[in-house]
Amino acid sequence: MMKLLGYFFEIIRGSWITCRHFVVNMWFHTLKVLGIRTKRRGAVTIQYPEEKKEIAPRHRSLHRLMTREDGRPRCVVCMLCMTVCPSECIYIEAAEDSDPEIQKYPKKFIIDLSRCCFCGFCVEACPEDAIRMDTGKIDLATYSRENLIYDLNRLVG
Amino acid sequence: MGIDWLIVLIKIIFGLVWFLTLTLYLTWVERKESAVIQDRIGANRAEILGLRVLGLFQPFADAIKMIFKEDFVPSFANRFLHTLAPFLSFFFVAVTISAIPFGDKIQIAGREISLQILNANVTLLFVLAMLSLAIYGIVLGGWASRNRYTLLGGMRGAAQLISYEVALGLSLVGVIMVFPSLNLQDIVYEQGELLFGWLPKWGIFLQPLAFLIFLFAALAETKRVPFDLPEGESEIIGFFTEYSGLKWGMFMMTDFMEIIIVSCLLTTLFFGGWQVPWLGPDGFHFPWGWDWFLPRWLVVLLQVGAFNLKVFFFCWFQVLVRWTYPRFRYDQVMDFGWKLLIPLSLINIMATGIIMSVLQ
Ligand code: SF4
Ligand code: SF4
Repeated sequence: MMKLLGYFFEIIRGSWITCRHFVVNMWFHTLKVLGIRTKRRGAVTIQYPEEKKEIAPRHRSLHRLMTREDGRPRCVVCMLCMTVCPSECIYIEAAEDSDPEIQKYPKKFIIDLSRCCFCGFCVEACPEDAIRMDTGKIDLATYSRENLIYDLNRLVG
Repeated sequence: MGIDWLIVLIKIIFGLVWFLTLTLYLTWVERKESAVIQDRIGANRAEILGLRVLGLFQPFADAIKMIFKEDFVPSFANRFLHTLAPFLSFFFVAVTISAIPFGDKIQIAGREISLQILNANVTLLFVLAMLSLAIYGIVLGGWASRNRYTLLGGMRGAAQLISYEVALGLSLVGVIMVFPSLNLQDIVYEQGELLFGWLPKWGIFLQPLAFLIFLFAALAETKRVPFDLPEGESEIIGFFTEYSGLKWGMFMMTDFMEIIIVSCLLTTLFFGGWQVPWLGPDGFHFPWGWDWFLPRWLVVLLQVGAFNLKVFFFCWFQVLVRWTYPRFRYDQVMDFGWKLLIPLSLINIMATGIIMSVLQ
């Protein structure tokens, strides 16, 4: 019986909490509609496409390939990123470079973002710091899957 | 004769328009209220010509979406019954509005018009009967889909609704004993009187226990969280799994209509219906001796307004309940109904009888 009364008390306490949230938030919403500015807002919502939250510096967003001074990709086709990638979404084709210090350059460098899980392993693995995920671009959705396959042109960008 | 039919027709149209508009906007209220409770904003994107007004167009956007969605009937389902089920459950809830008294009688051109569509002396029984029939829609929907999970959902729904129907009916026996009538309009008239000369003779003051039992049983009747066993989003896929488009929409509308009907019943039976405290047919008569006479039309308007206000409050309250509590487990629901509510309602009937015979 006491246990039952305890439940009953908890039930009332629960609705008291939601009711309090409702009344407090409603109060701030009403003030806003009336044009009165308050420090607190009625909701914590960020209206996404119009308002954007600042992206943290370490946030992993769309990849980009870094370039040398002369504009060619820094990548030396060591295949480390391709090997480490858990989603197997990187495809690289090598070509011989005339510079013996560099030896190889990527003829094709394709990341299939429709499979990428944004783990950032490719960035960690790269010995040349040739690939980074710091473009801050996160709205990648498109209407076709082909658009998600990023080739060298789009990655060097 | 002809004019009588016309009056009934107009009343039906008004009643249904009121009912369906409120249903439509209750979906909006539900989304917005849950958002405000959870510190969100809620649906506010639907716009007409750049006008958003708090997302008030959202119900229409939802309706358009539902109409144009594919109406899919599984090949293994019984096509006829599968189509019939949502209409059944929608219909039986929609007709209950005819029993709800919206206000006092009004006089137009020497005619007395009662603001209740069906002015019969069994309206309370009529509402209960129709609400019970609405179970058929659920069971039929679950069964005709020929899917094990929908069948389970349907059976659970039937078991739950039948058990709570008992508590619902028994809790009302006490109310019928103190307001000796089965017509909701007469029950409202009875509640216009005063207790001890100052307290409105509302059902909540005469039958507090019956009110609690009715509240819980009625929440179970609307089959929403915390009593959402037929649907059971989290563990079982409910009776309308195989429905899509407008037919699914009708099941959803039925839920919201049940909320409104339950609010109407709570208002009518326990909170004086359209009665405003101390408001007589000719104006206010306050217990401390003041009189404030008002024209007849204003009194009627106040009463209809009071009814609407009370119904809105209970709709709000039910949405609050839905967004506060987690759901019961199946055996807990059954225990709660059979082992707590039904004995309590029997005790309530006994206590009411004893007190009434002592007072006489
Ligand atoms: S972020 Fe992860 S999944 Fe995406 S390309 Fe790099 S290694 Fe592969
Ligand atoms: S790890 Fe770096 S250098 Fe090696 S293939 Fe990948 S991007 Fe090129």
